[in-house]
Amino acid sequence: MKRIAVLVAGVLALGAMGWADNALLINGAGATFPYPIYSKWFDEYHKKNPNIQFNYQSVGSGAGIKQTTEGTVDFGATDGPMNDDQLKNFQDKRGSAILHFPTVLGADVPTYNVPGVSGALNFTPEVLAGIFLGKITKWNDPAIAGANKGVNLPANDIIVVHRSDGSGTTYIWTDYLSKVSDEWKSKVSKGTSVNWPVGLGGKGNEGVTGLIKQTPNSMGYVELIYAAQNNIPYGAVKNSSGNFVKADLAGVSAAAAGAAKEIPDDFRVSITNAPGKNAYPISSFTWLLIPQKFQDAGKREAVKGFLKWMLTDGQNYAEALSYAKLPKEIVEKEKKAINNIQ
Amino acid sequence: MATSGTTLPNAGPVTGSRSFLSRLRDGDEIARLITMVFAATVVLITLLLVYELWSNSALARTKFGLHFFVTQVWDPVIDQYGALPFMYGTLVTSALALLIAVPLGIGAAIFLAELAPPRTSDTLQFFIDLLAAVPSVIYGLLGVFIIVPLMRTVIFPGLNKPLGFLPFFKGPSYGVGFLTAGIVLAIMVIPYIISVSREVLLSVPRDQREAALALGSTRWESTWKVVVPFAKTGILGSIFLALARALGETMAVTMVIGNTPTISASLFSPGDSIASVIANQFTEATGDLYLQALVELGLVLFLMTFILNGLARLLIVVTTQRGSGVPV
Repeated sequence: MKRIAVLVAGVLALGAMGWADNALLINGAGATFPYPIYSKWFDEYHKKNPNIQFNYQSVGSGAGIKQTTEGTVDFGATDGPMNDDQLKNFQDKRGSAILHFPTVLGADVPTYNVPGVSGALNFTPEVLAGIFLGKITKWNDPAIAGANKGVNLPANDIIVVHRSDGSGTTYIWTDYLSKVSDEWKSKVSKGTSVNWPVGLGGKGNEGVTGLIKQTPNSMGYVELIYAAQNNIPYGAVKNSSGNFVKADLAGVSAAAAGAAKEIPDDFRVSITNAPGKNAYPISSFTWLLIPQKFQDAGKREAVKGFLKWMLTDGQNYAEALSYAKLPKEIVEKEKKAINNIQ
Repeated sequence: MATSGTTLPNAGPVTGSRSFLSRLRDGDEIARLITMVFAATVVLITLLLVYELWSNSALARTKFGLHFFVTQVWDPVIDQYGALPFMYGTLVTSALALLIAVPLGIGAAIFLAELAPPRTSDTLQFFIDLLAAVPSVIYGLLGVFIIVPLMRTVIFPGLNKPLGFLPFFKGPSYGVGFLTAGIVLAIMVIPYIISVSREVLLSVPRDQREAALALGSTRWESTWKVVVPFAKTGILGSIFLALARALGETMAVTMVIGNTPTISASLFSPGDSIASVIANQFTEATGDLYLQALVELGLVLFLMTFILNGLARLLIVVTTQRGSGVPV
């Protein structure tokens, strides 16, 4: 009993310390994909600035956009940029604009389970679109064999696996397919969830991976981070310069650098199929959503300070957590954009 | 029992003759009011739930109307939503689950209540209660790692070869699908059926059994023709509890159903269920219509549960009136 009493007292004391901590609390919500690095950043930033505390809930991009628009959180985060309707909705409800700030980059990789094939397979954009449209149905299809000379591909049916949950990973994948295939664009198009022409759905990266591991002759897509951290073999994809690139962090950053020239001032841009010799074509930014106007000057300065830190020192944490860093060009452009926050 | 000296335990007919104040003083009235409030919260929560589901799906209801129930397309990109494949998946998986779980569960309950030595019965009951408490994600994992490969490599070829001419057993099989979800659900609901049915069977009065035995029936005849019919209402209740659980189960189903909104007679076809699609898509649903369509799916699931429960009650009323001799 005594021990329990001591424990309870300890917990209460800790709680009291928490209450006594008068840090400025800034709430955010949104994408799950960048959650590991965001929590690392917010933690590190709090250590450096004990008077500022960020609180981030990884509830999903859609919920992040919704909560930011309704003003229940101070900032949001998303894996797919907000569309024009959503921007207008935000403007109508909050009376100011919302700004997109790219933070790090992620990528999708094609992963597969083909009996007898151990090395990395090469995928052309036509093959990926063909498989996911249900037009290429056998592993030994000439289109696949043509890009994989010397690989003994079986004559089995391809079983497609995709995400069943709404996800930024799906957004990147379908955005890429929309760019490389007109048929995909008109039939399916892009989104966090789409009406898949073929295939099975798995929940989360782990669900997709689980299905692929269990099902011979299957293929699907997962986040690069997930594949890297779990040693899942994945294939190379032909980029717009005609090179087969196996995804790595440098290739993803190269895609962002290749697209940097054409990046609009609001940063709402897809960098899939970006130009560049080494650019990995299925890459994307993930964004923080920051309201242009803050009522509370303290919060405004805190957010601006954090963004500046995130673009400089913060970027150094990215690669250890398997995220690709922003290229220099983007960082400079974003630093200027921070001044738009009022 | 402070009042036992003045009131009979069976206070029902007496209450009318006593004044409100005296009842209040005894505490009866207070207890009645408090428990009544508790009971009312159940109704209140149900009404609130319906109201929330109804009002938050207004946009989708007006846009799609009754088409929502017959449309097969679910396409968030072009904002086109239909509930039919999900309703189909929910019904089929739940029906399969009951088809498997009911005979197994009731059989086990009869053994535990009537035939097993009391000590064995109690020990097994402990394990059954344990099974009922296992979180559904664990059953999902069991499905993914054991039942899915088994379906693909053993059960599908075993059924497809001799019976492949029937639409129910047509291929191809991916391991995931309606039947896999049905089996996992069956495993999940069996403990409920056993637990409740066993209790009901145990509560059948001893003289019922003795009377049957005295008339010269065998042990099994007394069990099957007297005890089980006597306990029928309670056993049906356990089945409806299992059905409710199967209809609403989310996580385990998501993991093994294949998450593809299809309507197919084949039990090996991948499908999707209402609870599963809501869990999958709610967090990333952007756009009002998309969200509201998901809420409307929730409303549909509520209605389905409501209707099936209503039918269940009706079934009880009809069967008991037909006279298995059990006034309830």
